Amino acid sequence: MSGFMAILKRDLHLATRQGMDNMMVVMFFVIAVVLFPFGVGPEPNILARIAAGVIWVAALLASMLSLERLFQTDFEDGSLELLSLSPITLEVAVLAKVAAHWLTTGLPLIVAAPLLAVLLNMNAEGFPMLIVALLLGTPSLSLIGAVGAALILGSRRGGVLLALLILPLYIPVLIFGVSAVDAVIGGFEANAQLLILGAFLMGALALCPWAAAAGVRQAIE
Amino acid sequence: MLHRFANPTRFLRIASVVQPWMAWATVLLGGAGLYLGLFNSPADYQQGNSVRIMYVHVPAAWMAMFCYSSMAIAAAVGLIWKHPLADVAAKATAPIGACFTFLALFTGSLWGKPMWGTWWVWDARLTSMLVLLFLYLGYIALVNAFDDPTRGTRASSILVLVGFINVPIIKFSVDWWNTLHQPASVIKMGGPSIDASMLWPLLLMAVAFTTYYLWVLLIRIRTEIIANKIRIARLKQVHG
Amino acid sequence: MIKEFLDMGGYGAYIWPSYGVTAVVMIVMLVTSLRGLRENEVTLQSLEVSTKDKPE
Repeated sequence: MSGFMAILKRDLHLATRQGMDNMMVVMFFVIAVVLFPFGVGPEPNILARIAAGVIWVAALLASMLSLERLFQTDFEDGSLELLSLSPITLEVAVLAKVAAHWLTTGLPLIVAAPLLAVLLNMNAEGFPMLIVALLLGTPSLSLIGAVGAALILGSRRGGVLLALLILPLYIPVLIFGVSAVDAVIGGFEANAQLLILGAFLMGALALCPWAAAAGVRQAIE
Repeated sequence: MLHRFANPTRFLRIASVVQPWMAWATVLLGGAGLYLGLFNSPADYQQGNSVRIMYVHVPAAWMAMFCYSSMAIAAAVGLIWKHPLADVAAKATAPIGACFTFLALFTGSLWGKPMWGTWWVWDARLTSMLVLLFLYLGYIALVNAFDDPTRGTRASSILVLVGFINVPIIKFSVDWWNTLHQPASVIKMGGPSIDASMLWPLLLMAVAFTTYYLWVLLIRIRTEIIANKIRIARLKQVHG
Repeated sequence: MIKEFLDMGGYGAYIWPSYGVTAVVMIVMLVTSLRGLRENEVTLQSLEVSTKDKPE
């Protein structure tokens, strides 16, 4: 546990030192969403109809942007190898790095999301559910993304390859995240969607650190 | 049992014996299936002659899933027992599986046009197939993205296992999403009961597609083994 | 007779492309695999010859 906290603190510290990087992810998120009214037209009804989906897709793309560097810098300067030799199990180390990634990118996205929902004229009833769904969904995105980030270590073309690998795996989270918000706006319960998002998170928590650690191990072998 | 085939030299010898059998089986069974499918089977009372697309569409869809499962099994064997041949088999299967997935999508679209009135609907099965195609393409991209080929197979073996766990989840999600958004009037492809006169050509084509897969798989595995030998020979030239 | 068969009750425009593309994709896959095997076999042979020529 102390090892987990140590890595988490280190990564958070590194992230705050280069604070601009994380701001850029949020800025990308905002700009990507703002593009949609230009693309589909400013009509409030259409924007309200697609708001939840657009915000989710943009959040998914934004959280993927910074994933490439999740292990890359540590891989290049050799600290990943040191980490694997340290008494901390690699799975725990991966989990700590994922937690740091989520705190520095996932959480700011969730803070920015209501603002974008206002811009897209989303029905106000959906706001709390949007935040709850993002809170449940984005950690899963970070966890799944960590597997992809571990697998591309040392490959020739990192970023685009990462997108190709993990975007298909993001589809279930996207479906249920959007469906939860749409259900509440439509006047239905969204318990089933939230339970399923929670189940995805539990499953990802159990499996992804393990798979990502296997990926890191074969990369530094 | 497994280790008897693991030796690449012995495998090459067995492969060169089995390969012509697979070729003949594919030609004969495929020919018989085509004859029954195109000439000697009835038109569906609802879908008319368009039902004949089923004889290529359904086997292609089956093979798309079969190939992905085979890849997952081969990847697991390769990761757990460090089997060189299993890694090669997974890598050799991927392009074949991607072809079958593309064919299932393409023929599904051609079947959909007369049945649904459009080339593409976000039907649960078609959508899942599309995601499966992306999984295949991701695998192929990853396996070729490393300068060291063993790194590529290791990383992509992990990917294919992660994908394999995800396939049922994706299927479930797409089904859920589909029932929310799809109007219920869509005609389902391939009803639950199927007449024997249609089952025979379908089964023949399915077996022919399987033997075709094994045929091309053997060719591609042999290619990979020889590519490995070339790599070793080149290294020897440089260092020797 | 042949025309009727090709027409397939009005569905010919959908049936023949699906069979045709299936055949083309499968044949192209087979041919490229075979060609890859042939090329590798030739490369390996020339490599083996050239290493044998070299004095040990």
